[in-house]
Amino acid sequence: MAYITCENLVLRYESLTVQKNLSFRVEKDDYLCIVGENGSGKSTLVKCLLGLKALDGGKMQFGDGLKRNEIGYLPQQSMIQRAFPASVEEVVLSGCLNGRAIHPFYTKAEKARAAEQMECLNITSLAKRCYRELSGGQQQRVLLARALCATKKLLLLDEPLTGLDPLVASELYSILQHIHDAHGIAVIMVTHDVECAVRHAKNILHIGRNESFFGSCADYEKSAVGRRFLGDSIQPEECSQCHDHGHAHPQKGAPENA
Amino acid sequence: MHNLSDILTPEYVSVILLPALIAGVAVSLCASLLGVSLVLKRCSMIGDGLSHVGYGTLCVAAALGWAPMKVTIPIVILAAYILLRLSENSRLGGDTAIALFSTSALAIGIFASSKANLMTDVSHYMFGSILAMSRGDVIFCVILSICVILVYLLFYDKIFAVTFDENFARATGLNVRFYNLLIAVLTAVTVVLGMMMMGALLISSLMIFPAVTAMRLCRQFRHVVLTAVIISVSCFLLGLFLSLVVDTAIGASVIIMNLIVFAAASLIAFLRGRRAE
Repeated sequence: MAYITCENLVLRYESLTVQKNLSFRVEKDDYLCIVGENGSGKSTLVKCLLGLKALDGGKMQFGDGLKRNEIGYLPQQSMIQRAFPASVEEVVLSGCLNGRAIHPFYTKAEKARAAEQMECLNITSLAKRCYRELSGGQQQRVLLARALCATKKLLLLDEPLTGLDPLVASELYSILQHIHDAHGIAVIMVTHDVECAVRHAKNILHIGRNESFFGSCADYEKSAVGRRFLGDSIQPEECSQCHDHGHAHPQKGAPENA
Repeated sequence: MHNLSDILTPEYVSVILLPALIAGVAVSLCASLLGVSLVLKRCSMIGDGLSHVGYGTLCVAAALGWAPMKVTIPIVILAAYILLRLSENSRLGGDTAIALFSTSALAIGIFASSKANLMTDVSHYMFGSILAMSRGDVIFCVILSICVILVYLLFYDKIFAVTFDENFARATGLNVRFYNLLIAVLTAVTVVLGMMMMGALLISSLMIFPAVTAMRLCRQFRHVVLTAVIISVSCFLLGLFLSLVVDTAIGASVIIMNLIVFAAASLIAFLRGRRAE
């Protein structure tokens, strides 16, 4: 059984039905990118996956040992209060709150877990720094560490690249790839950047207003929706966020703005 | 200006000043703890709204001859719950809901107490009268304050998580609604206790000032909480001392101390910022 199985989901935003009959699966070693234009229901889907919003129709099943509160969630930057006085350590630790018994304070094991994640993301030296004073890329690492504290199985990232400069974004991609490969954590990422999605993901879920697609990246590139979204640029050109990433670097054309 | 040795007879100290001091320190502690969460959740006005509701209820209780504290605490807790729900769901928006709700409660209270000719009796709740608290009031105050502080400490980590990022907290399976309610209930209890001391007019500033001052100085949540507590308690003690020396209302004196500390902290933060540039 897959981690998540969705059948015939109906997504509503306010009173508008934006998706009907959406079906997809997230497997244990999946790397799924969710793409689609604005207003197609990506954020609503994220909320449904996290249980922040009730389903408006269809079935969503969690399996293979995954419970809903074991998803490591990385929210959009805009959802976090930027003026909040909190140290990196405090933020990362707050990821350890799920699945805990009713003891009031963080245990040694939880503190060790938080320290381990900070080490993994190379932010140990920032532990006592104030979250709001960090750069955008550093903040994303902190939130990623927090998400990793909350999960050993599945990360869900909601537009993690928005507002990051290309270099930092490509760094985040390689961190994610490492987490996926080395720790065996499945990844679901909502993104605007279709080209990078195709390069990094195993599967694509495209949700559009009129047509949707779910399948492997290779199939997506061949599909009608995919071709229209990727344009003709896919073969020769690299997106800017794939720099320094072991790909062949394109010689022609300026890097496009992601 | 008073000569302190004239006022501070041993009898005055043990019967009136000491109990007031103990109750005041306990309530200042609670107020500053909750103030941090209220300011960060951007619902500072809930404290103010609840104090109006509390005042209205006290007036009605006085008019009907009921025990003021025992009636007021449950009513204000209920009001805190309703205000929270209103600001979550209502199309009015939280601040409008609070304004409507609290002024209505205030009006009902004043209506009732003026009908019963009790306006002078209830007016001391407007400005507080910590020195007039009975021994029973003080004990009640201290016990409830200890409860508030214990509950806050037990749920400290969760309160942080819920305040910092509600969606993430909810996604990891935390019962966010419960913790919001918990904060509201603790706030309600603190508001009623503080009303006896500071008066309905000033209690919300007792909650907000220390938190805002601490946020100017600190960058970690834990430090903010600790600093707020220290500021709150020392401002209370200084304010009490000031009011004894120059014979002024205690509530107002405490808030003025808070204002001075806030100004000093802002200056420090400003100078730090300049030096960093």
